[in-house]
This record gives sequence, structure tokens and C-alpha cells, in this order.
Amino acid sequence: MDSSEVLFMSINLFDSKGTPLEQQKFTWREISPKPLSKLDDDAFTRVRVILMNGIEQQANRFQHMCAQFNGELRRPLAEIRRTEHHQQTMVNWLLGADHSPLETTIGYEQVAIEVTAAIAQQEPDEYLAQTYRFGMLEDFDHMYRYSALMDRVEGRDANNILQSYTDILPGRPTIEEHRAPEDDLRHHYDHKATLPISKMNALTIFSGEYQTRDYYMNIGPTFSDPVARALYAEIASIEEQHVTQYGSIIDPNETWLEKWLLMEANEVYTYYSCVASETNPRIKAIWERFLDYELGHLHMVTELFKKYERRDPAEILPERLPDPIAFESQRDFVRKVLSEELDMRSVGPEYVDKSQESEASKAYRDHLNSTGSPTEVVADQYRWQPGTELSRKIA
Amino acid sequence: MEQNMKLGMNKTGIDMSPILSKEMMAGSEKVALDGGDIEADMMLIEQFYLDNDGPLGSVPMPGTVKGAVKSTMKMVTGHHPEVFINKLGERLAFERSGVRIYEQLIMKCEHAQANGLPGLRIPLTTLQEFHYQEAEHFQMLVECMNKLGADPTAQTPDADASGIAAMGQMKVIMDPRTSISQALEAMLSLELTDNAAWELLIKLAHDMNLPDMVEKFEHALVQEENHLVQVKQWYEESVRQQDMMRLS
Repeated sequence: MDSSEVLFMSINLFDSKGTPLEQQKFTWREISPKPLSKLDDDAFTRVRVILMNGIEQQANRFQHMCAQFNGELRRPLAEIRRTEHHQQTMVNWLLGADHSPLETTIGYEQVAIEVTAAIAQQEPDEYLAQTYRFGMLEDFDHMYRYSALMDRVEGRDANNILQSYTDILPGRPTIEEHRAPEDDLRHHYDHKATLPISKMNALTIFSGEYQTRDYYMNIGPTFSDPVARALYAEIASIEEQHVTQYGSIIDPNETWLEKWLLMEANEVYTYYSCVASETNPRIKAIWERFLDYELGHLHMVTELFKKYERRDPAEILPERLPDPIAFESQRDFVRKVLSEELDMRSVGPEYVDKSQESEASKAYRDHLNSTGSPTEVVADQYRWQPGTELSRKIA
Repeated sequence: MEQNMKLGMNKTGIDMSPILSKEMMAGSEKVALDGGDIEADMMLIEQFYLDNDGPLGSVPMPGTVKGAVKSTMKMVTGHHPEVFINKLGERLAFERSGVRIYEQLIMKCEHAQANGLPGLRIPLTTLQEFHYQEAEHFQMLVECMNKLGADPTAQTPDADASGIAAMGQMKVIMDPRTSISQALEAMLSLELTDNAAWELLIKLAHDMNLPDMVEKFEHALVQEENHLVQVKQWYEESVRQQDMMRLS
């Protein structure tokens, strides 16, 4: 069975063997494909590209760490990881050179908002869903701050990238998102009791936030405007908090192979979601190809799991994949969360009203903000307007 | 007509998604904004500037410091030779990049012609000639810097700044997705800057009483003026030609 057949039905993870690893080959021409069109492609094509880059980056990160702790797995990890690396390259190279770093940033925040909002709604575990809603409102505010930067420093409209799918409004103010490390830690799911979809959702959002943190850390210093440099430094710090938050919902009691199995299953699931929604036929073909590659990886890891753990992968994985991630505007849901949960804060793993915040977080934040806040400065009185706020002043 | 000139499904404006855009605008209109402390904000911005206002770097010391001051440097006593060296270094770096930029433009034109892509047919021999002249200017500037005891391999602060300024134009010319006319517009901007820069360099050399260099730079300027006239003409033709095609 290949991906064209599975399009019409949910994938059976145990019957679909995918492309054998030895047939997963690339040429340099393939790896550096023609990029998507920033102007003509749908914004959700870019959302999928950015998300899948993050998923592949996390696969690479995990597999390297796994190799550091499991000598006997080094060979299969190296083999699969090489393909994953080339997959990531091919995916990330779909971003055209006409995307400025700030435009790509707007794309990253669109991923953080739309994908997290979609996953928050499909998440069956209420505590985990709450965690996604909590983080989503913070990324929502980052979009507002970066859009103000783009408008006021570069004279450009962030909606050229967003294509009206995602609001540009203040969320939980970034200045108030800075928390003491202990207040970013959450309860983890129980790997023996939690549904596979919850585990995969956690991996998806963890991966997305991790790549966002790394992206801001790489491009922040490339800006010349001192406010922009400071803004990236401030928001990167929140992304680090988000990686802490989402990393902590994952059960540390899973074995390395259990985690690897889930990682591969999640890659299958996310590529499957991309196949289901992609509007650009050329890029859809890439998602289909990589869906088959990931089924191949999953099959290999399933065998390793049986060999080393002497356990049935069906203990971990669902027989069939859940419905695909909805890549579409989540405006109504986001606004509802905004109106109901803006004043929510966290104390340790619990969600509380802002009046109950911990002294540790308040002290931590007060010191960081004591010489002023870049996110406040850049967006003071900012109201998004089509064609930038200068359109309002002219009108 | 070049692909980049054609009508299509550009999705960046609000008119392409009227329903979504209406919702988005309504949300933006409704939001209540807190009154910020503008004075404190301005102070913080000022602080960010103060914290970061150090220079890009320095003009490298002439090699002459190590030994006997070269005769040419003696001639320039009474002036600040570092200003001249900074600008010479800038021109040198710009012309060196200019050689590569013309190579990119030639490749783009050759590709368009070999594949029958729409767009202006620029005479490749003329582009090759410009390419050669950029290389000559680079070599001449290396000799000038050597003569002054300056290091032609060093990157001066103004070379750094002008290199950053040209990054966008280079990106446009190198991207296979850009058209000949888009590349020519970027080229025009580079040639305009280049012309003004040679004019200034001639004045500086004159101020420094370096008649040999004045002569060499004037020769380079004549060639650069020709580049500018040609590029501007090609650029205008490339756009207007397509406009006419659409009407016909």
C-alpha cells in the first residue's frame, strides 16, 4: 500500500510498510527544489513547510541524543537519520529567498497559533488541551509584536504573509509571560494510560516550539535595528520557556525505543496531515513521498522495538491514525480562548488566575523588565491596519 | 511577457480573501489599546541606540607604519589618509563584487536566451565587456592601495557598510526566479551608487594631490557612466517592451 491509496482511508500503521530505507535516495537537485511562491501559494502551504521542518529537526535532535545513550542502536539511528536530514533539507529549502527573516518569523508564529489551536481542539486530555491553549495565547501576542516591528521598522504589512487567516491582536502581553523556570514545568502525561494521539500532539508542538526557539536564536543577531535585536532576544526567551513547558508534558518514563517509535509515528501522522490538505500539487507530491519514507522508518523501528524490548508495538501505537491535523484558520477558537483565558497564569504545573501568581515569577519578571521591555516599546498603541498603520494616517 | 509581469493568483492582498479580511479588520478595530508610556518607550529606544552605537570597526593601519613611510603617503601630509583608504577599500570591494554580479547577470541572460524565455535580449558581448571593466577597476584599485602602503585584502568599515547595502540587490540578481527586468532594476541601483562613488573618489584623490590616481579614476568613471546609461536603457526597454506587447 502506498500513500495514494491511504489518502482515502486512515493509515493502518502495522500493514503499511512504506518505502524501504535502501530505496530512500536523493540527488542534490531534488534536495534543493524550486521554492514555494511567497506571493501566490496559500499561506498554509508555508505553515506546513515550517511545521515539517520543525518535526524533522526534532527527529534529528532526538536521534542524535538517542545515539549518545544507546550504542547498539547507533547503526540504525545513523541510517534513518541520514534520510531524515535530507528530508528536512528538502522541506526547508522550499522557503524562497524572497522571505526576509522577519517575514519567515511571521510564518513561524502563524504555525505556532494555527497548529497549536487546531491541536488544542483535537486533544482529548483536558489538562494537555489547557496547556496548548495557554501557550497559544502567548504566541498570539508574539505575532502582534513582530507585526508591529515589521510595520514600524520596515514599513511592511505582516498580512501579506498571513493572508488574513490569522488575527494581529494583543494576546497575553509578552512582558507578563516571563516566569520562573519552575512555573513553566507541567504535569506529564502517563505513558501507560494516555492515548497515542495525545503523545503525538505533544511531540508536534514540542518540535514546533523548539525550532522556533532555535530560529530566533540564529536570526536575532542578524538584525541591525537595536529594538529588533532586543525584541528577538525577549521573545526567544519565551520560546525557551515554551520548550520547557512542552518538553515537560512528555512522560520521562518512556524508554528510548518507545520515544523513537512515537517520533516516527508522529512523522507519519504529520506528513499524512500535510498530504490531506496540500493545495500545491508539486509540494503535495513531496508530502506523499515523505509519508511513504516515514512509514518505512516506522516499520524499521517497529522491528527494533520488538527485538530489543520484546514488546508489541500495538501497546504504544494506534492501529489507525487519527483524523489529520486541520490546517485552516482557527480565528473563532482563538478569539474565544482570548476572551476567556487571557488572565490565566501558571504556578508550578497548575493554571491559576493572575492574582495568584508566584512570588518567584514576579521577582524574575520584575528584574528582567526593570530596564524596560522591547515588546512593549515596539507595539505601543499599535493597531494593525491593511497596508500598515501608515494607511490609517494617510486616510 | 516575463512571468513576473503576468496576472495570477497573488494572495497577499486583502481583496483575495474578502470574508476573512473583513473579520480580521473588525477584530483589529475593536481591540482596546492600553495607553503606553511614550516617554519611557522613547527613553528605552534611545538607550538601545546608546548601548549599540559603537563603530563597525576601524580602518586598517597602513603597512607603512611598520617601516619607512612610503613617499606617496608623505605627499598626503596635511590630510587624513585613512579617509581615502576607507573609501578606496570600499570601491575595491564594490568592484570586486561587481565582477561577480555581472557574471550572475550574464548567466541569467544566457539561460533566458538558451531556453527561449521571454524578456529583453541584452547583447552578451556588451555585458562581457562591462564584466571585464569591473575586473580592471578592481585590479587598478589594488595597485592604488599597494602604492599607498594600504592592505588591499582588508575590509574597511565603508566596504563593510556598502557591502551590506548591496546585499538585497545581489539577492535579486542571483535568484533564478527573478526576471531580466527585475535584475536590471537592481543593477541600475548598483550602477547609480557606483557612479556617484567614483565621482567622490576623484574629488578625494584630487584633494590628496594624487594626480595619477585622479587620471585613473576618471578613466574608470567614463566606463562606469557608460554602464549606467546602458543598464538604464535596457531596464526601461525591458519594461516598456512588455507594456507594448500587452497592448498589442
